[in-house]
Amino acid sequence: MTTRISIRGVARTFPLQGKDFVALGDVSLDVADNEFVTIVGPSGCGKSTLLNIVAGLDHPTGGQALVGGQAVTGPGPDRGVIFQQFALFPWLTVRRNVEFGLRTAGVPRAERRRRAEHFIDLVGLTQFADALPKTLSGGMKQRCAIARAYAVDPSILLMDEPFGALDALTRVRLQEQLLDTWSREKRTVMFVTHDVDEAVFLANRVVVMAANPGRIVEVIDVDLPFPRTEEVRLGPDFSRLRNRVWSAVYHQPAQERKPS
Amino acid sequence: MSVVGGTTRATPRRRGVWVLNAVSAAAGLAAWWIYATTDPTVPTPPAVLDKAVELLGDGTLEADILASLRRVLIGFALGTGLAVPIGFLMGWYTVARGLIEPWVQFFRTIPPLAIIPLAIVLMGIGETPKLFVIFLAAFLACVIATFQGVVGVDRTLINAARVLGAPTRVIFARVVVPASTPFILVGMRVGLGSSWATLVAAELIAAQEGLGYRMQSAQLYYDLPTIFVGLISIGVLGLLMDRLLLLVERRATGWQERR
Repeated sequence: MTTRISIRGVARTFPLQGKDFVALGDVSLDVADNEFVTIVGPSGCGKSTLLNIVAGLDHPTGGQALVGGQAVTGPGPDRGVIFQQFALFPWLTVRRNVEFGLRTAGVPRAERRRRAEHFIDLVGLTQFADALPKTLSGGMKQRCAIARAYAVDPSILLMDEPFGALDALTRVRLQEQLLDTWSREKRTVMFVTHDVDEAVFLANRVVVMAANPGRIVEVIDVDLPFPRTEEVRLGPDFSRLRNRVWSAVYHQPAQERKPS
Repeated sequence: MSVVGGTTRATPRRRGVWVLNAVSAAAGLAAWWIYATTDPTVPTPPAVLDKAVELLGDGTLEADILASLRRVLIGFALGTGLAVPIGFLMGWYTVARGLIEPWVQFFRTIPPLAIIPLAIVLMGIGETPKLFVIFLAAFLACVIATFQGVVGVDRTLINAARVLGAPTRVIFARVVVPASTPFILVGMRVGLGSSWATLVAAELIAAQEGLGYRMQSAQLYYDLPTIFVGLISIGVLGLLMDRLLLLVERRATGWQERR
């Protein structure tokens, strides 16, 4: 399998009250083509920072992130990002939101429309193509954001707690829909979450991070079969893995205290 | 999954508000009338109406309204027309902000009326100083609103555009401009209010016509009905223009989620 994302010794420190806060210590991770990797960890472990660095929205203070062998220097349409706050343009309809990236890329109108329709259909929003975001529920907004990210045809999807703002039921439904979408339109996915169940349910691999300094403490392969149905979610293999990830997240070794 | 009907739901309630508005206006008028019958110095509504008809008949009111409206519109148009690009510059470029903001903040603390003596000395007593103070009032109100609109644009929206491959120019035109439109329109409404507020004072500067001028000359003759006609004209014109802007605002920013 080819490596799509290669994170090599990435560090990120922020100046904080005169000192350096180490958001990311020394993080290395390879993600294969079309792999679905979830990153889970307590708040402050730098999981979102790591995602932003791969997205090109943040820059590492050490090491580098490579996408397809090229060092990341800024955001690009090869990496679609889905934000927790949906980040739909509220003045544009669902269709025009989905077309935004295509318009930017100068895709002709007819082609734009065709592709937008395809992805709007893929996330099940055809009926709401001409609706403004304010008329959509949270789940529908995030589906629209997923369609918008897909529309520019990125090889990578970076998802930053995309379902974090949704209620538990909607979240489970969107997880299933996301996997369904992903299985039809395979992409390399990095998915940040603080929800252990979500991390296990979605992933080929779960990356567990710890805080202070932000680092990877464990990488757990998820060998559950696809499609991930309700039986999978309620089965013994799932709970075994979930328990393992859970203890990796919540029974982390004591924080490293650096003598100052 | 439900779609909330935004406009249909509010209609009965809005009609109720309209009724309340009308009732309140009628009560105010009645209170004025009753008071005017007890105090002979205050003209009654019919007396003011007679005066308005008289002033309309000989063309004075039309000429005054036209003169005042012209000043307000020119001053307001120039003021907001300059405020929007300056506000964008300040919000978008740190350098521009650093250079311009102290001046804006400084002049904001000075009431435009206080500029009048200076304006007369520097610009004479023609139309220029009058337009200038109205311009200044509109500009200062609108520039701050635009600037704050641009600064307040949700970072996530800008990031969302960046990751979709939008270059800075596109982000500005297709994210920052629409996202700050609600603020700009609010700034324009405030600017319009300031323009009208400054008008009367501006017409203190040796005007030959205009609602403010008419009221001041009426003051000399103790002509209260004319003062009332002037006040009501300014109020009605200001209200009409404000409603017009509100309509534009509703149309242009209907996408906003309202709480």
